[in-house]
Amino acid sequence: MSSTEYERRPTAAAEAPALAKQMDLLWRSAPGLYGWLATVDHKEIGLRYIITAFAFLMLGGLEALTFRLQLSWSNLHLLTPEQYNQLFTVHGMTMIFLYAGPVLSGFSNYLWPLLLGARDMALPRLNALSYWVYLCSGLVLYSGFAIGFGPNVGWFNYVPLAARAYNQGPNIDLYALGMVLLGISTTVGAINFVVTFLRMRCPGMSIDRVPILIWGTLTASAANIFAIPAVSLAFLLLWMDRNLGTHFFDATAGGSALLWQHLFWMFGHPWVYAIVLPAMGMVSDGLPVFCRRPLVGYSVVALATIATMVLGFGVWVHHMFATGLPGISLSFFSAASIIIALPSAVGVFSWLATIWTGRPVFTVPFLFFASFILLFTIGGVSGFMTGSVPVDWQLTDTYFVVAHLHYVLIGINVFPVVGATYFWFPKFTGRMMDERLGRWNFWTMFTGFHLGFFPMHIAGLLGMPRRIYTYGEGMGWNWVNLVTTIGGFLFAIGVLLFAWNVVKSLKAGERAGANPWDAPTLEWATSSPPPPYNFAVIPTVASRHPLWEDRLGPAEAGRSVTHHGLVLGEGREALGTTPLDAEPNVILKMPGDTLAPLCLALAMAVLAIGLALVNWFVAALGVALAAGAILVWLWPSTVLGETAEVPPHG
Amino acid sequence: MPHIEIFASGLITSFLFRAGQAAETAPLQYLTGAGSKATPVVWLTWGVLLISIAVVVIIAGLLGGAIWHRPGLSWVVGQKAALYPDRDGWRWLWIGTGLSALALLISVVWTVKVLAGIQSPSTRPAVTIEVTGRQWWWQLHYILNDGRDFYTANEIHIPAGGIVRLKLRGGDVIHSFWVPQLAGKMDAIPGLVNETWIEASHPGVYLGQCTEYCGRQHAKMLVRVVAQSPADFRAWSERQLTGPDRTSVAAGGEQAFAAHCGRCHSVRGTAAAGTLGPDLSHLMARQTLGAGILPNDPATLGRWIADPQAQKPGNLMPAIQMPDSERAGILAYLLALR
Repeated sequence: MSSTEYERRPTAAAEAPALAKQMDLLWRSAPGLYGWLATVDHKEIGLRYIITAFAFLMLGGLEALTFRLQLSWSNLHLLTPEQYNQLFTVHGMTMIFLYAGPVLSGFSNYLWPLLLGARDMALPRLNALSYWVYLCSGLVLYSGFAIGFGPNVGWFNYVPLAARAYNQGPNIDLYALGMVLLGISTTVGAINFVVTFLRMRCPGMSIDRVPILIWGTLTASAANIFAIPAVSLAFLLLWMDRNLGTHFFDATAGGSALLWQHLFWMFGHPWVYAIVLPAMGMVSDGLPVFCRRPLVGYSVVALATIATMVLGFGVWVHHMFATGLPGISLSFFSAASIIIALPSAVGVFSWLATIWTGRPVFTVPFLFFASFILLFTIGGVSGFMTGSVPVDWQLTDTYFVVAHLHYVLIGINVFPVVGATYFWFPKFTGRMMDERLGRWNFWTMFTGFHLGFFPMHIAGLLGMPRRIYTYGEGMGWNWVNLVTTIGGFLFAIGVLLFAWNVVKSLKAGERAGANPWDAPTLEWATSSPPPPYNFAVIPTVASRHPLWEDRLGPAEAGRSVTHHGLVLGEGREALGTTPLDAEPNVILKMPGDTLAPLCLALAMAVLAIGLALVNWFVAALGVALAAGAILVWLWPSTVLGETAEVPPHG
Repeated sequence: MPHIEIFASGLITSFLFRAGQAAETAPLQYLTGAGSKATPVVWLTWGVLLISIAVVVIIAGLLGGAIWHRPGLSWVVGQKAALYPDRDGWRWLWIGTGLSALALLISVVWTVKVLAGIQSPSTRPAVTIEVTGRQWWWQLHYILNDGRDFYTANEIHIPAGGIVRLKLRGGDVIHSFWVPQLAGKMDAIPGLVNETWIEASHPGVYLGQCTEYCGRQHAKMLVRVVAQSPADFRAWSERQLTGPDRTSVAAGGEQAFAAHCGRCHSVRGTAAAGTLGPDLSHLMARQTLGAGILPNDPATLGRWIADPQAQKPGNLMPAIQMPDSERAGILAYLLALR
């Protein structure tokens, strides 16, 4: 479609009440249970992701508190070794797979179309599928634990300990197939983000104008598309080894135990970056709002995001420094693991410069975002230490690494996510979160976090190995562990204060209005919470900060238009634009409510359980149900305008 | 937030203090080293640790300064607030990233240098030991330079000042061999032989532990390295090469042992020749039982034989049903294996 034709489409002012009514009719999901199950609205899906992920965070936290009690002093017997081993495995699985990744998918799902000035993700049904499969995988992954057969060999699931010879029960099979399911969810979600980035940016949003969160999620998604096949394959091969008599990982029959580690960490390390880069993006977008200036060094921060991810594919061996690989390869991976700190340094100095040259306002989101810089630095330098091979030979598999990974995952994921919740809660709900309670929340979490996790560095330097259910009296680890346990509980209180603030503010929070923080990006141009169609008219942007343009001076002299523009109201329609410059290019027919994604997800779960229990009848049933759901999904639909022109709505 | 900086520096100070203090009392710490392989790594560890602490202190200081040197006004929901886009912060990026690159580069060079230096020992090994990690103990197969060999378990005697070559294998699942005072970790992986070396400059006992999660009793898989003077080591290994002392051993106990225990355990020169469990030829010469977790005294040994599962739940040694008299005979027999 040429730009002339584009000019001729009807345009309107966003405030027109008739327009709002018409768009609402077109886009709102059906009422009741059906609409709840069938919706493909990215905001609904995003919130579900976030809430589900937080539920898993709470579960994972409870598991951690339980085994922290066991570890708080030497030779305690609160848990049996088997209980401890299941708990630490399920804790890792929950936090890394079921919380840290999905919570960011949730925020990105909710925010992407709003940040990009679009009406939905590019593939809304795939989006719904991604959520339902995630939920099903969570249930499959937890099903073994719930009946006492939880996975018990660590989230990294090393063979041969995970092989049939050393683990008879269904626990590892459920874990393996649950992980394959989760891989499907993450992959389709990632594809959706990449396509959305390429096609759904509103006119004028060239790639140098997208918020950093977009870069974060985009690079994470691109990485996931390449990384997840490795781990899905690994788990499938493991399932075959366990149930079909293959020997991929069986050294006694020509297989290789190290093959598992390579496949797992080729996925595992990029995944670590995938679950922090979007969170760093949130900080890069949120922090400047409270510093009252644009981010310093937008382009290098965006490039650093991509550089981190690219280098992130070349460092997986640093999880395997002690496996006896040749010295030359160790030197290479050691250098790569140390140099990867450089793009992180770019981020840190950009955030520091943004605060320094701006005028920070001490709101609760600011506290979380600013403290993140410190936690990120501490987690970063301990990671840098483990990058040095000879040092890592001492540090690895001690509590030093436990400290490192918690500073990284809590510091770079949980703190930004909680900050982001304070920041975007008004957009999600139309109400502000309580600032006073928020300060209590922040200081409790901050103090509890350091009290809980900083001493782990010391425990590690004193030689305490990971994954031990107890330790002897004379090892010198009693006091650091006691302090860690106390800190862990304090941190948990902080998380509860956060949950309380959310619940309380849902009902009684101050009304927010469209743009309570006076923030610059498009999500704040629409009402809070946004209508089902996000924007009544398609915005056109002319700079990185559409809502600050009038005040940024000559540096950003663009003139974005958010309240007047293209309507696209002949059915559920969205605007497709060109990949680099975001020139209008095509009108996309968007799908409405459908149960097909839910049915397909359930069918896949049936298949996974059938395979895990090696019950071919159940597996075949799953395949048949999936085929049916796919058929319904792909059936040509007149509503979408795929087979016939639809008359314009009155 | 007026506390971050003070909090961080307080933590670091107490951290250094505690690290120094606890080095005395924590047998698995690695902030000091006791041999030619561990020492260069100790220096590197302190080097990168101090760089790291310096980075954290500098960033915390800059963050505190950034936050408090020019705070903005308090917030009013929904109100338009002033913007301050004029100051250019790019200098921060150039200087900060430049200095970081320098520190990282120095660390890479130092790392590669240390790595090359400790890859292989400078002199010929004094003894070679095949160390096999098993659930949940260490099997040791000594191969002396003259070709003679013997088996023992969990307690590695070495000559102080001598290079000891280790060949690590995983006997069932993956384990990791770690005696922090002497060297970093090396995994023991089924299907592979990982070669590494250790050296202790002075006689002493150095504690180690399995550090690759290996199942239910991973927590209770310790190992001890006993470094002796070369003469003492020679005497110890000659003794290990012998069988039980017939004059002190009760013959009935030997028969009962071979019948009940011989499928898993061996005693050199007798009918007991099992290889599933630790070699017990000179059991009472060892300091501990159950892979380093219990003192090796007659009472503990008696309890262990009566019910191994009560001492180390889940370990692979079953409680064998037999008359008390026979069990007492076996105990007497074992107590004579010195």
